[in-house]
Amino acid sequence: MNFFEFLQQNWSELLALTREHIFLIFVSTAFAVLIGVPLGILLTRRKSLQTPILGVANILQTVPSLALFGLLIPIPFVGGIGAKTAIIALTLYSFLPVIRNTVTGISGVDKKVKEAATAMGMTDWQILKMVELPLALPVMLTGIRVAVVIAVGVATIAAAVGAGGLGTYIFRGLRQNDNNLLLAGALSSAILALVADFALGQIEKIYSLPNIKNKFSRQRRKFVLISATALILILFGLSFWQNSNNSAANSADKIRVGSKDFTESLILAEILAQMLEKKNVQVERQFELGGNLAHDALLSNQIDVYPEYTGTAYTAILKRPPITDTDAVYQQTKSQYAKKFDLTVSPPLGFSNDFAILIRGDVARKNNLKTISEAVPLSANWQAGFGQDFMSRADGYAGFSKAYNFNFIKQPREMDLSLTYRALAASQVDLIAGNSTDGLISALDLFQLADDKRYFPPYQAVFIARQNKFELLSETFERLNNAISTEEMRRLNYAVDADKRAPKDAANDWLKQKGF
Amino acid sequence: MTETSETIVEFHRVNFQIGAVKILDDLNLQINEGEILILLGESGCGKTTTLKLINRLIEPSSGEVLVEGKSTTDWNLINLRRRIGYVLQEAGLFPHFTIAENVALVPNLENWEAEKRQTRTTEMLELVGLNPQKFAARFPHELSGGQRQRVGVARALAANPDLLLLDEPFGALDALTRTNLQKEFAKLVRELNKTAVFVTHDLHEAFVLGTRIALMDKGRIVLNDTPENFVKSELPLARAYLETVRRYELF
Repeated sequence: MNFFEFLQQNWSELLALTREHIFLIFVSTAFAVLIGVPLGILLTRRKSLQTPILGVANILQTVPSLALFGLLIPIPFVGGIGAKTAIIALTLYSFLPVIRNTVTGISGVDKKVKEAATAMGMTDWQILKMVELPLALPVMLTGIRVAVVIAVGVATIAAAVGAGGLGTYIFRGLRQNDNNLLLAGALSSAILALVADFALGQIEKIYSLPNIKNKFSRQRRKFVLISATALILILFGLSFWQNSNNSAANSADKIRVGSKDFTESLILAEILAQMLEKKNVQVERQFELGGNLAHDALLSNQIDVYPEYTGTAYTAILKRPPITDTDAVYQQTKSQYAKKFDLTVSPPLGFSNDFAILIRGDVARKNNLKTISEAVPLSANWQAGFGQDFMSRADGYAGFSKAYNFNFIKQPREMDLSLTYRALAASQVDLIAGNSTDGLISALDLFQLADDKRYFPPYQAVFIARQNKFELLSETFERLNNAISTEEMRRLNYAVDADKRAPKDAANDWLKQKGF
Repeated sequence: MTETSETIVEFHRVNFQIGAVKILDDLNLQINEGEILILLGESGCGKTTTLKLINRLIEPSSGEVLVEGKSTTDWNLINLRRRIGYVLQEAGLFPHFTIAENVALVPNLENWEAEKRQTRTTEMLELVGLNPQKFAARFPHELSGGQRQRVGVARALAANPDLLLLDEPFGALDALTRTNLQKEFAKLVRELNKTAVFVTHDLHEAFVLGTRIALMDKGRIVLNDTPENFVKSELPLARAYLETVRRYELF
């Protein structure tokens, strides 16, 4: 499928994501201006506050965006998943240019003009309103323009906290190795940034001094001001209307299905969602939640159910030392979840998505490698590449390299999990830890080394649900008990990752085939 | 100027210092109605500070400044400033206001009726020699330096204050424009019977405009007399100033 065909097929989704993107930028910029401009004015009145407040704004801007989103998630009222968190993070990012340019603009007003204004008996408020703000406006508008352009870029990260926007395509594209998705997401946000930059630049020009002095453009200025305000209000109203439609109240008979941010989790969530919808249960999708967000969202009652793996639940969430007995892991996870979190664990879905130690197929064939142990002697000069998850967890890199006595000379490269497959196929790394059901394994001719020491704990797929929604879900859970084999899951993943099927279509195909 | 003229401004044992640096040192000064008092001195001698104390752009560290018999700190600050005209170097016009809007600033702040305001603006522009039809709708950057300074004077006079403060208003103008403006200004102030305090470092300007010259040095007034008596002064600093004028007159 070429890019234009892709656009033809997906333009309505792309448009919806663009609208979400604009909404995020819009609301956050509005907040940044509403708070930042008065704060900037205050700083010109209380100069001693300038260093601390500008310092804080400066630091906020240097925090990597993904980290800022991550920091906000556990904070009550402010954090969580969805647009609210993203808007707060974006607002924090937009503060610096808005505040700084307000201060610079007002401080930059000619001293003689200010002295004259004071000596003529103008009050501080009059000086601000009649002299300082009009003269500082072009500089302040530049600040807002910079804030908006930054926000267009940072807002792509918002998809990681389930806030939607064009980042959804970018993350999905990276995950599914799909250049059309990547291009559509990146190109659209770049165009958005350019359009915003140009439009705000025009407004700025109209308000710059040579034009303020021009009689003709005074009327034009008024016209621009009125039409811009009208446009802003319309957009604002529209996006709130849109949003209130999306987030209908959490009614008792509605199921909010969540998913993690990788293909398999999306497919499983789709399968569940579609089965529920066939039973006429109202479903809300909160997909593509990164890291442990899905678990956090479940605990904070923002979703009702999401697909999880017993091994992840057992080691990463319950923080237990890894064990390799499949049944023990399942039983203990189930009882601990009920006790600790008041959450239900569904019966196993039938397949496991274990850690898969992968190397390139040609390397495996050439050296006749089958197991991890066989690879150890050859691996000293290999460059390993692991996802953040694998690097940080107890049953990840640290335990694994010790168990197999790996001695990599080069420090393993920590990268996004979805990039490791491509990096391995492109010989940029030589060994990765992937997922055993990943469709890319066969698509990119990668080889899974057998875990001959049975180091990795089992990762049986299950659904985790809130206790109060269990009744609505139990029948569907029973039908899915042992319903998906590893081979089927690999095929489903492959359909999405390699054949570029939409997760919902792949899920639908499987449901039909199974007669569900 | 008669013997019975009233004191408008009075400095009483005024000190002004920034940190440990003394700018004004025990300053005493009276300014009477109808006078044009010149504050003459080199930069840093405290003449601009003295001027700014009158409309309370700054406040004395000790001592008091009386305007119409009342200490400036007892005045309502805004009222005090609005009844004192202020002209500064390079005019300090608002670049985003038209000439008419600049001139009508204080009447506007004082909520004059539109018609009265407009009449006054036209009157003021004519008074300073600018054709209202031609200039009212223009912006400051479209005017020459001399024209801008005329607008500055018109703005200061618009609300009809009795007292005018001028901080080297003609300092940045070319010699010819400056001489013209000095003459016109002297005539204007006398005709309108205003009291003015005029800061300059140019003795020639002091002679053209002043009815009295206060020579300042290191925060003190070292000579306070009419131009006629200034010429006769034996004070070394006064002699030095007179030298500069004599040198010009050789040519």
